[in-house]
Amino acid sequence: MEEFLREYLAVLIFLGIAIGLGIMLMLSAVVIAIYRPDPEKVSTYECGFNAFDDSRMKFDVRFYLVAILFIIFDLEVAFLFPWAASFSNNGAFGFWSMMVFLGVLTVGFVYEWKKGALEWE
Amino acid sequence: MLFTLIFYFFSLLAIGSGLMVVFSRNPVHAVLWLILAFLSAAGLFVIQGAEFIAMLLIIVYVGAVAVLFLFVVMMLDVDFATLKAGMARYIPLGLLIGVVFLLILGIELSDWNSSEIAPDLRQVIQPADIQNTEALGNVIYTEYVFLFQIAGLILLVAMIGAIVLTHRKREGVKKQDVVSQMYRDSAKSVSLEDVPSGKGLS
Repeated sequence: MEEFLREYLAVLIFLGIAIGLGIMLMLSAVVIAIYRPDPEKVSTYECGFNAFDDSRMKFDVRFYLVAILFIIFDLEVAFLFPWAASFSNNGAFGFWSMMVFLGVLTVGFVYEWKKGALEWE
Repeated sequence: MLFTLIFYFFSLLAIGSGLMVVFSRNPVHAVLWLILAFLSAAGLFVIQGAEFIAMLLIIVYVGAVAVLFLFVVMMLDVDFATLKAGMARYIPLGLLIGVVFLLILGIELSDWNSSEIAPDLRQVIQPADIQNTEALGNVIYTEYVFLFQIAGLILLVAMIGAIVLTHRKREGVKKQDVVSQMYRDSAKSVSLEDVPSGKGLS
């Protein structure tokens, strides 16, 4: 257990460096940078003219569809990792169970392709 | 000692960022805090030895689910003024529900007996000389094959459901048809006309 966690020491060191660097950069910006606010300087800037309205607006639902389809294929790939790692131990049964899984998802993939869900128009 | 320290670091990070998810004013900031909560949960999983789940948390939750949440937050078109106006009206009901949940938790925790072997069960079962991912792969695809196939079917249902709910044909959009582009023949679409001099082509 300890042995296994020791492999993550590098990750921990990098985490420390990242946090330290982030804090240092923000603090140095507060300490060193010259800060003379001005109503024109701090107001929202939109290509030279005043901002029309709030930046939060309704998105097209198609972005959401793309994101959901991405999550589903992401999960499918996540199942492939342990399958590949233990490929030699599972034998033919493990191989074909994964093929059936991929086949089921390929049915869904063909469906969305034929429906035109992947096209943007 | 070091592991205890790291454990408390990640758990405090998880609790703190979870609180910030609830309390931050801007919903986009709340999603960013949620990402930090996911990352610290991944750190906790690594400490418990569940390496694969930790990486899955980063790939799936941080990489995909958080993006989805950001989309939802942006699509919601949140208006803070109306949100705050409704606050005063719903506060009594909200407090009541909160108190009820607190009581349930209190009853639950006051009568909580943990088994003697529970602390050992908290750790991931780790066969000797085998990586965590490989140990999972040894059982998922053979021993738990039906659960695995059900997971595939659930993904299929999610895929079809998302398409049925959100996809609709838009009328009157110009679209590229690659096949008809490729099969277009120059002999049919270009013609050589003999134009007499002094006259135009009608």
